[in-house]
Amino acid sequence: MTSETVAATAHSPQPTARFWNGNMAAARAAQRARVQHVAAYPITPQTHTVEYLSRFVNDGEMHMRMTKVESEHSALSACCGAAVVGARTFTASCSQGLALMAEVLYFTSGMRFPVVMAIANRTLSVPVNIWADHQDTLVNRDSGWLQLYAGSVQDVYDLVQIAYKVAEDARVSLPVMVAYDGFILSHASEPVDEVSQEQADAFLHPPGSIGRPLMDPDDPKQFGEVLFPEWYPGFEYKKHRAMVDSLAVLEEAFADWASITGRELAPVRTWGCEDADVVLLGIGSMMRTALHTAKGLRGQGTKVGVIELTAFRPFPEAAVLEAIGGAATVAVLDRDIGYGTSGMVYPDVVRGLYHSGRRPKALNFVIGTGGKDITPARIERCLELAGQDHGAQTVFWPDARGPAEGVPYGDASGPGAVGFGGARQGGR
Amino acid sequence: MMGKVRLKDVTDTEYLAPGNLACAACPEVLGFRHVLKELGPNTIVINGTGCLAVVTQMGVPRVPHFHVLFENAPAVISGIDDSLRVMGRREGTNLLVVAGDGGTADIGLSALSGAIERNQDFIYVCFDNESYMNTGGQRSGTTPFGARTSTTPIGKVVQGEDRRPSLRKDMVEIVAAHNIPYAASTSIAFPLDLMERIRKAAAVRGPSFINVHSPCPTGWGLDPADMIEAARMAVKCGAVVMYEVEDGVRRLTRKVRKRVPVRDYLAMQGRFRHLVDDEEAVAGIQAGVDRQLEALLARAS
Repeated sequence: MTSETVAATAHSPQPTARFWNGNMAAARAAQRARVQHVAAYPITPQTHTVEYLSRFVNDGEMHMRMTKVESEHSALSACCGAAVVGARTFTASCSQGLALMAEVLYFTSGMRFPVVMAIANRTLSVPVNIWADHQDTLVNRDSGWLQLYAGSVQDVYDLVQIAYKVAEDARVSLPVMVAYDGFILSHASEPVDEVSQEQADAFLHPPGSIGRPLMDPDDPKQFGEVLFPEWYPGFEYKKHRAMVDSLAVLEEAFADWASITGRELAPVRTWGCEDADVVLLGIGSMMRTALHTAKGLRGQGTKVGVIELTAFRPFPEAAVLEAIGGAATVAVLDRDIGYGTSGMVYPDVVRGLYHSGRRPKALNFVIGTGGKDITPARIERCLELAGQDHGAQTVFWPDARGPAEGVPYGDASGPGAVGFGGARQGGR
Repeated sequence: MMGKVRLKDVTDTEYLAPGNLACAACPEVLGFRHVLKELGPNTIVINGTGCLAVVTQMGVPRVPHFHVLFENAPAVISGIDDSLRVMGRREGTNLLVVAGDGGTADIGLSALSGAIERNQDFIYVCFDNESYMNTGGQRSGTTPFGARTSTTPIGKVVQGEDRRPSLRKDMVEIVAAHNIPYAASTSIAFPLDLMERIRKAAAVRGPSFINVHSPCPTGWGLDPADMIEAARMAVKCGAVVMYEVEDGVRRLTRKVRKRVPVRDYLAMQGRFRHLVDDEEAVAGIQAGVDRQLEALLARAS
């Protein structure tokens, strides 16, 4: 465990800067949120989170109980048990664990339980791979959970606490995933500005005080009942509506958090978009690499903007369109793939553009899957491809081995060829 | 609190509202009624998917009741147990799981095992009708050898459940292997015994497990009028042994002085019709029942 005070900060009355990895930031945020219950099952690269919380409990630092479950399916189920008696509850997972939980994800959102889950993003096997991409959370895009993506360890710390504020808001009552890239954020330590318990308490109402129906023998109610087709669409609409409306609630929570911590967050964070010819858009820590790259290119006179989606669900369409503005090219970076179509962030952006009537060139770059490094050079390669004419092709795999490096799939070996032909055509 | 349950002690209060969706003569609802009568109003019920969850929809129980998923009821109740402790509200409330044999012995076994191993404080009642009746009668891990179900049909090559002439997955012994404080096997045909087992289970600090043998009128091909008699016959022939395991000590809770032949029990049920005249098959089942009983008696005090 690394926990070191490195500096004081300007914003908080009792400023404390820490040097934490993402998993510690998630665990410490859960502690500040005064969670009363945790159920989690270890999985790389989330494992620290479970270990840290176990230590906090055994050291008497937290007044809560951990249900040390035998699977992720049971982890989220136990959280649902906690929620149905009104406890503030937390879990953490990723990848195969999140996949095993899938059934319970829908159950949780259907029950409108305000569970918060930290996710150290990792791809899905096979081939066996423990490294970061967004496949694990994005395939659960439509599970009825809000999805917030961190760009830094500080984001992890802030977003976990903000997640409770939004999840427990009666206008939302939906669970929230806070996702951060495995290893890149889960294991890398960064300076984190910690809030005091007083600040955290000023932000969140006390746990257990949420005004929702609970399982209580003094007031018996039925939960998890059947709903026949006549009424089902109305129920689904309300869930959908809550997701739409959660965007405003999230913005309120960001404003509250800023008033307490001085840290400004937003569903969409942008840089240099005002006069950009081309914008890079995506989620997760790769957007910080994109930012670094864009800043460098600015110095050389290339006008590149960056759009980092902190919120993917709810999808902040208006803010995305505003940020894209009059850019001639939109390059959507996806660290994931919707097999047979495109990356999974891309379609929402294109849908928004279509209805806005704007027609920039909108291209999709699938990069960094399975933890492949996303370097500034890779980002520059995406921009280079975006500047070329590839006809009707919209989806590019600039880091896939098989096709020659930089040659989009389908180009090198004939129409439709995806062929991962090993080193046949080089690549790196 | 402890001790024999006598008929005059049983409350007149009903914790199940009139009207439910069960098949005619279904004894699971009867069993649930008796369980709730014993536990009283300070009870939180987690209902794992199965027949009982389906037939108690739309407000049948008068206690807090949560229909969860097929396999996660023990995990949900674990979260309730731990959270109520933290919030200082755990005392005085019974936490009850009800589930079927599919949810218990098959798809939910790992969740049950985990909750028992963690020493969560809850009562688990498995209504065991020996197959997946909620979906129309497919075999489960507790389907007895030879039985016809919709996934063990009477075919030209294979007739009925053919795993081997061992009887079925033995849930009481499986949970006993966890060093559970209290486990018991009882039958729907003996409501006072069922209530006594529940009473003992409720007094335990920690997990307890009760398997309740519950014939199924439709799935077993039984005359509804024979429902309770079939459950009784299962005990009389030794196919079901009523016993308890208290801190590792096994004790028969209902001794059968003169056992009836297993064939008499099989012959009541349509699901065994194809084999009741097959002497070899019946002898095999009889031998399996005998072996099970002898093994248990050897370990019982």
